[in-house]
Amino acid sequence: MQNKMLSKLCLKVAIALLAPLGIAAQDLSAPPAKPNPNEESHIGDLTGHAKPGAALYYRYCWGCHGARGNGDGENAPYVTPTPRNFVAAVFKCRSTPTGTLPLDSDLYNSIVRGFNFTNMPSWIALTAQGKADLVAFIKTFSARWATEKPGTPIQIPAEPKLTMESIKHGGELFQKLECWKCHGQEGRGDGPSASTLTDSNDQPIRPYNFTTDNRSKCGRANQDLYRIFMTGLDGTPMPSFADVVKPEDAWDLVHYLRTLQYNNPSPELTLWESTPEGKAIVAAKRVENTNTGSGVAP
Amino acid sequence: MGRPRIASARNGLLRFGCMMLFSVVILTVHCSRANAIPAFARKYGMPCSACHEAWPKLSPFGQMFKDNGYQLGNDRDAPIFQSPAYWPIAFRITPNWHLENSQNLPVVSTATGNPTTTNVTTQGFDYTGMDILTGGTLAKNFSFLLVPSSDELGSFHMESVNVRFDNLLNSSWLNIKVGKFELDNLLSEKRILTLSENGGFYQNYHFQPWIAPGQPSSIYVFGIGDNQLGMEWMGHSKDDRTRLSVSFLSPTDGNPDFINGIGTAAGNTYDVYIAGSRAFEAGSLGLQRVGGFAYFGHTPTFSKYTYDGVVPVGGTGSGNEPYYRIGFIGMWYLHKLDVTTMYFWGKDNAFLGTGTPGDGTALPDGAHAPTWNGGLVETHYTFNPQMIFINRYELIRMSQQALSSNPGNTGNTDALTFGFRYYPFINSRAGLAFHNEYSIVWQRNINVNPVTLLPIGLTSSSLMFGVDFAF
Repeated sequence: MQNKMLSKLCLKVAIALLAPLGIAAQDLSAPPAKPNPNEESHIGDLTGHAKPGAALYYRYCWGCHGARGNGDGENAPYVTPTPRNFVAAVFKCRSTPTGTLPLDSDLYNSIVRGFNFTNMPSWIALTAQGKADLVAFIKTFSARWATEKPGTPIQIPAEPKLTMESIKHGGELFQKLECWKCHGQEGRGDGPSASTLTDSNDQPIRPYNFTTDNRSKCGRANQDLYRIFMTGLDGTPMPSFADVVKPEDAWDLVHYLRTLQYNNPSPELTLWESTPEGKAIVAAKRVENTNTGSGVAP
Repeated sequence: MGRPRIASARNGLLRFGCMMLFSVVILTVHCSRANAIPAFARKYGMPCSACHEAWPKLSPFGQMFKDNGYQLGNDRDAPIFQSPAYWPIAFRITPNWHLENSQNLPVVSTATGNPTTTNVTTQGFDYTGMDILTGGTLAKNFSFLLVPSSDELGSFHMESVNVRFDNLLNSSWLNIKVGKFELDNLLSEKRILTLSENGGFYQNYHFQPWIAPGQPSSIYVFGIGDNQLGMEWMGHSKDDRTRLSVSFLSPTDGNPDFINGIGTAAGNTYDVYIAGSRAFEAGSLGLQRVGGFAYFGHTPTFSKYTYDGVVPVGGTGSGNEPYYRIGFIGMWYLHKLDVTTMYFWGKDNAFLGTGTPGDGTALPDGAHAPTWNGGLVETHYTFNPQMIFINRYELIRMSQQALSSNPGNTGNTDALTFGFRYYPFINSRAGLAFHNEYSIVWQRNINVNPVTLLPIGLTSSSLMFGVDFAF
């Protein structure tokens, strides 16, 4: 009896020990997909090619993004937020749903625009062909581009007419969706959860401070703000609200957020300040602001 | 008969001495290099190759960074975002070995004491002057550049001293710069890729016509490649494809303290420099750029002197006479090969051309306003960011001599330079280049043979191997 139990125990131990080998063998039998070294990009009429893109990458980009594209360039330790890891192929600014690959044009626009409040500048000075080539080369770092297709771009309905009701409803949504937990009640990026947030690299990340500028990371137009709600910023705690916010509600939220940008004239801010309530709130915020000489509110 | 001939030969030697002194001054002032600034690379964590096709030559991205007032525009430019330990300063110097050769130099024979001509070759280890490069932002859209620069003997001057106000009224078309700065030259002499005695400056930028063989222009000194004192408005499109600038400048060739008098070229008038260019894309070939520039200068031709007639009194310069420099430039990119072409035209007023003060003194017989045409072709092959091959050919042809008695080709110049620079590493902390260069310059009829008293040319060449580093 004891021998039988001992035999079963030995068998279980053997299975437990050999199981990883079996898994490993299974992995070996199905080699992982490899990146395509001849990736292309397609932006409008432009076709980008990886080979000339590589020359540009190793001139302009490797210092931060690293020679292997995994974000470990020699300057990465000094850069906050950390440079994008192209091997992971997770991108913040997309026109595609959360979790999907971006369009080539999304990457292209990111290169053109740069990312405000980061070390990534605008590369608008490069030629259009050069930027398209860079996009093609960036795609060679990850096998995702070889195995997946970019997501279907979200549809952005026409912006409805701006009204006070829209702004007020947006304010209600700001509370209801608990945007304030990260972005703060006044949109300064100082909500109660702000200090706990980390990105996909486990690095601390600050929520966007709406009072500093009208340039969010993914563009300055109202459509860009709308897109951020609906796609989320992958790799950050900012989720997609596509499943919980109706399009007309998202536009209301956009209109409300514009009123938080009290240093940047906009139709929304003008309308908001035309009311006694809005005028008093904006005036109070402006008094609190201090000119640091940095062009950025404290 | 013999005595006047010897006196004439001595005068020729005296003129030659003046010419050499003039050349030394020109080279000392003009060969100060500036701008490859690792302090910027350290600040932004970018490799040199981001802003420089091969430092110090700017890339389109580097040109845009400069035009934005040393800002990337991502709201991380102000010093408040830097570690307090960050110090925006860098140094550049080039230890080197070089060989210099001059042919047909008028000299006095040590054996006989008689004037003659000879060839001179000298070689040895040396080092260049040193640039201390400090610049960057004082606050958002307020920036500065300060470049104390020494010659080889450690004598300092201020190569650049300027403050910039950028993006005024939130427009990239409204940028003001005040102080001493490099003119908005598309072909930047401060970022020249050649460093030798003969190849370290652009001949066209500094050419001034000779009054006569053995008699260089002396009434004023000017080089369009020299940093100048004044104020510049500069505007550019957001992508920097279109650039325009207008500068109002003191006519002192960048020398300060005009009130205390530095001769006649002082005060009481202003020069104007206009530059503009437009870049366009040519598919995968790269960014092509065409542009033009014009300098409208005036300079006094005489000034009042102290009662003993020795010292010119500052600010009394009078008899302003004009001079002009106009050029057109193209920068053509064919993948890794790029070719810069330039046409240059210059004209000096007859008083300037003949060195005659405009105080009522009559012009000499046969005096004309000297005019000339120039050209440049500079080719680079950028094998990769670590290796660049350089070739340049310049020519200057006089179309009108200052004096009709001059041989028609007096001052005509040809200059050929080639070399390569190898950068063994590229990072965001420092830069180093192994510099290799040969340059030769032919100048026609600029001297007088002290024996025959006939005009003779001068051929000078430089061979240079250096280690150019900045940190």
